[in-house]
Amino acid sequence: MPPISKRLPIIFICFLLTAFLPAYAAKKTPPAPKSEPKAAAEPKLDKLSVAYLAQDGETQLVLPFFEPAVSDRGVQGARLGIQDDNTTGRFTRQNFSLRESIVATDGDVVAAYKALLAEGHRHILVNLKAARILELAALPESRDVLLYDIASRDDGLRGEACRPNVLHLLPSRAMRADALGQYLAKKRWNKWFLVVGPGDGDKLYAEAVKRAAKRFGAKIVAEKAWQHSFDERRTPESEVPVFTQGVEYDILIVADESGLFGDYLPYRTWLPRPVAGTQGLVAASWHRTHEAWGALQLQNRFRERAGRWMTEEDYGAWLAVRAIGESAARAKSVDFDKVKDFMLGDNFALAGFKGVPLSFRRWNGQLRQPVLIAAERSLVAVAPVEGFLHPKNELDTLGYDEPESKCRF
Amino acid sequence: MKKRLTLALLLGGMAASSAFGETLFVTLEKDNALAVVDAAQGKLTKTVKIGKRPRGIVLSQDRKQLYVAASDDDTIQVIDADSLKVVGKLPSGEDPETFAMDPEGRFLYVSNEDDNQVTVIDIAAKKAVKTVPVGVEPEGIAVSPDGKWVVSTSETTNMAHWIDRRSLDIVDNTLVDPRPRACAFTGDGRQLWVTSEIAGALTVFDVDTRQPVKKIGFKIPGVTQEKIQPVGIRIDKDRRYGYVALGPANRVAVIDAQKLEVVDYLLVGQRVWNLEFSPDQSRLYSANGVSNDISIIDLEKHKVLKSVAVGHYPWGLVAKP
Repeated sequence: MPPISKRLPIIFICFLLTAFLPAYAAKKTPPAPKSEPKAAAEPKLDKLSVAYLAQDGETQLVLPFFEPAVSDRGVQGARLGIQDDNTTGRFTRQNFSLRESIVATDGDVVAAYKALLAEGHRHILVNLKAARILELAALPESRDVLLYDIASRDDGLRGEACRPNVLHLLPSRAMRADALGQYLAKKRWNKWFLVVGPGDGDKLYAEAVKRAAKRFGAKIVAEKAWQHSFDERRTPESEVPVFTQGVEYDILIVADESGLFGDYLPYRTWLPRPVAGTQGLVAASWHRTHEAWGALQLQNRFRERAGRWMTEEDYGAWLAVRAIGESAARAKSVDFDKVKDFMLGDNFALAGFKGVPLSFRRWNGQLRQPVLIAAERSLVAVAPVEGFLHPKNELDTLGYDEPESKCRF
Repeated sequence: MKKRLTLALLLGGMAASSAFGETLFVTLEKDNALAVVDAAQGKLTKTVKIGKRPRGIVLSQDRKQLYVAASDDDTIQVIDADSLKVVGKLPSGEDPETFAMDPEGRFLYVSNEDDNQVTVIDIAAKKAVKTVPVGVEPEGIAVSPDGKWVVSTSETTNMAHWIDRRSLDIVDNTLVDPRPRACAFTGDGRQLWVTSEIAGALTVFDVDTRQPVKKIGFKIPGVTQEKIQPVGIRIDKDRRYGYVALGPANRVAVIDAQKLEVVDYLLVGQRVWNLEFSPDQSRLYSANGVSNDISIIDLEKHKVLKSVAVGHYPWGLVAKP
């Protein structure tokens, strides 16, 4: 019945007019308050929506009973980043929002990703495994999109498998191993005993450790695979001494990214030696012991908001969102190309609470940054360690430098 | 006997060079205390416990009271400058760190780092009269000598917010280099100097246009660039020289305030944070956080005379004649 449906809106508009006209007229009668012209003159907000894509359960580690399970790693950092961007945006008339898309463990990530693109999102934070990131980056729809890898440590993703539309916010395994290597070189603890778990990540980290040993003049005096061939919760005190017996070394380096056995090694080795690597003394982009350069303020702000400590993934997501916000503020635009050009240009300098400006390596999209060397309750050092020099930027003493990189965009 | 004679001669010499009569008050961030230093003797005379994590410190116009930001007590304490007793407190808002006083000495403008705002306090009424929302982590704050502007710099937003002091509205925002730490107006009110930790530089802004005039970088042989983190600023009243504390570079940069060029670096204690002139501006004092001391600098010769151990983490200081 077209006549009625056509008539209805007209009636409605008439009703609206009669309802509001008197009020409008009444408002007009007194002299306009001084603030009114200013409000009317204000230009409209530039809006930018950033997407966050993650899959449940994909990045969860096995936790000991005393560690609370955290199900919102990453996204909490993105939320805080948006809040920070908007505080700036109030003054630059830019508004940022976050579109969260969390896919169930058995859900379709590609479909969720395409849905985000269909909504017009072009800045997409991904908290996904390396293989999945590659799959998304390779889609034809991803050409004019930036994917922000906020969690992976994979060197392959930053090397031979690299993509020009992926930026990496957290340090790679090589950067972490180099950071630790620099510190151990400074201490002259040059004989490393490498213990490698069975996971794929463990093996990749072990490779990074071997590379660091070569770079910083250390020697892997022994390498052993941890097989999980017994119940280590019940017998580590007898198993670990036997496992570590017969090797003369300065420090034991453990590769156990899943946290399955590394924590059983300290204080149980045959010789009285420290433990580093994925447990013991660790190399991290963010750590709860970090307070210098204003970091305490970020720690406090995050804890107040999320009710827990900031994890590395949270920091990665916060950095990504801040990189977008900072670039939009400096470029004075939320246009994708302008934001991207500024972010990957020479003038980009992100303040990440580490005392030096952070920026993206042109050759592989990795955010160059200092790496923290921390024990459970003490920040031990910050790499690059003093004395490790580089002709361009000392931060590039960590990980694959331009001439070594296998990434070709 | 001989010792006493040398000391007398030394003191005589010092007194002859200028009237060296001021008392310094130094906030000790990790001791929850205020150190009192006799500047002439170069000696710590007293340490008094005050509020938790004391940082910013300002002397009242009549020099009878000290205002100290007790950051972890979320207040500004009012301390009698003679008895050193805490005689009151001002509603500063949460986690006050740095604050500035207007030229008439009636209001304090406080950076509330955790709340992204500036709190305006009427000192006599002991009341917060307004809060002005600013960027993330406001830190540096300064009032122009003519009382027209309050400028607040926010560390994560990377902006200088220009607040009209009459209306207390923000009328302009200037993007500055990453992590601005401190700001200061020149005595003639024509320039605003802003230090940036991440850029490792000082940027000079023209107040009329609110646009940058010059960016001054720092280079010290044998000191890596990332150690150069400019913080506190003091500019002499005639705008002959400006002084910038360079944090973990352990130096104070001396800047020709007309040519806007670095002319010297003075080696002081570790992690030099804030600076203060003597009342006659013939000396400069620096609070050195990590070496737990202050440095006394002669400004005629641009020479560091002496360092005085004061306690843990000296943050800021004032000089009372």
